[in-house]
Amino acid sequence: MPSNTIDGYTFAVNDEGFLTNREEWSEPLAQVLASMVGIGELTEAHWAALRFMRDDQAKTGVTPTLRRMQTQGKFDVKQLFALFPGKPAKLMSYLAGLPKPVGCV
Amino acid sequence: MLANKLVKALPPTASITVVDKDDDHDYQPGYLFISLGTSTPERVRRSRKAQLSPKVELVMDQIVSVDPDARKVTLKGRTLDYDWLIIATGTTPRPDMTEGLTDERIWRKSAFDFYTMEGSTALGKALESFEGGRLLVHVTEMPIKCPVAPLEFAFLAEDYFRHRRMRHLVDITYVTPLDGAFTKPVASKRLGGLLKDRSIRLATDFAIERVDPEKKTLVGFDGRELPFDLLVTVPTNMGAQYVIDSGLGDDLGFVPVDKKTLASTKHERIFAVGDASNIPTSKAGSVAHFSVEVFIDNFVEAYEGKPMTHAFDGHANCFIESGRGKAMLLDFNYDTEPLTGTFPVTTIGPMSLLKESRLNHIGKLAFEQIYWQMLLPGRSLPVPTLMSMAGKVPAEKTKES
Repeated sequence: MPSNTIDGYTFAVNDEGFLTNREEWSEPLAQVLASMVGIGELTEAHWAALRFMRDDQAKTGVTPTLRRMQTQGKFDVKQLFALFPGKPAKLMSYLAGLPKPVGCV
Repeated sequence: MLANKLVKALPPTASITVVDKDDDHDYQPGYLFISLGTSTPERVRRSRKAQLSPKVELVMDQIVSVDPDARKVTLKGRTLDYDWLIIATGTTPRPDMTEGLTDERIWRKSAFDFYTMEGSTALGKALESFEGGRLLVHVTEMPIKCPVAPLEFAFLAEDYFRHRRMRHLVDITYVTPLDGAFTKPVASKRLGGLLKDRSIRLATDFAIERVDPEKKTLVGFDGRELPFDLLVTVPTNMGAQYVIDSGLGDDLGFVPVDKKTLASTKHERIFAVGDASNIPTSKAGSVAHFSVEVFIDNFVEAYEGKPMTHAFDGHANCFIESGRGKAMLLDFNYDTEPLTGTFPVTTIGPMSLLKESRLNHIGKLAFEQIYWQMLLPGRSLPVPTLMSMAGKVPAEKTKES
């Protein structure tokens, strides 16, 4: 398994650059990654989504889908698209140090 | 199939009741072919009762709710008690979950589903009179039943228009919420290539916000707008309404189960088989079939009060009709990506995997008879239930993948 190092953080990643060990994640690391993918400074709204994702994943073992963010987390999907432009589900799981949500198979 | 097998596996003192809303049992893979005019409603529909062992009681009624603590199932007309409950109510397409889709200006006029008898029949008529324009083949959100069916539709529709000598008048785009043509990366690459070969456009990562029935466009959350003259969509798939109403389901109404035993994670006397559960593999007939084989052994153990010793591996295997008289065959499970190589079938000989072939196409067509004659009555098929690696090569190791 390859690992990446940036700003002194070293973490195991898969071939798409997603963290493979959620314990290697930290809030400062998420901020570094956010700057790299062009999101910039993470606001409270960003953090709310990322924290929900991590808490939910810790409970269920799987990364929540956008639908679950909407039904369980009460997030507005349109707002998530504004916060994490383009591919929110992918970007959010990337920044939350979680596997990409597999929309099942 | 499950009830017919259970009759043989359980002691004669066990009584088995099947509850279903009507007596219509459809060969669901046939819907696709109805829409393309190569099958008919009469051909795919048969009586449910006729498929069931006479030792199984069939109650035709609507299920309202389940009370897992009291072990009762409430139907519209009566209430049934149970010792064991096996939920097998599959998935339901829910076009009502997408704003604008069921608007009467477009629904089943220029916007169609094909996973229902009504939808595929209406689509068949619309295709016949289609004069050309933009065709969108669209998947609303995952998971969906038979995830390869929309791709097959795209390939077969391409073929259909080619035969009618109007392919040049039709602009086909495959629209998916995924980041590729299919969920499994290896298969996605092969299938994506095939789309390109047939000049079918691919729009990925499309999360639909709503359908605009006035402008006839799909509107994405990211602001993209895709116009259509003909929309063939796979609506959001959800578990049965009574599962949702009884609090037995997840966000989409699928019953959370142990992926190896199919036992409910919340209620010890409840199991969910087939598409109704949340197991992380395809919602496909082959999965239902393979999982039931393992399930029966486990269920008999549970019934006798013993620990369950068998584990389902998520084995799935799908034929993908790719048009032009050919088909591909996919074979994968929870842990293994689709493989290339060959698939062992006793008596018929090996079938090629992840590669188009004529034999795969014939296999797909022959499956209709296998379904009625062997699968439903609960006879064994000449294919392994758990995935076997015989004759298979991981795709990345072959030269042309």
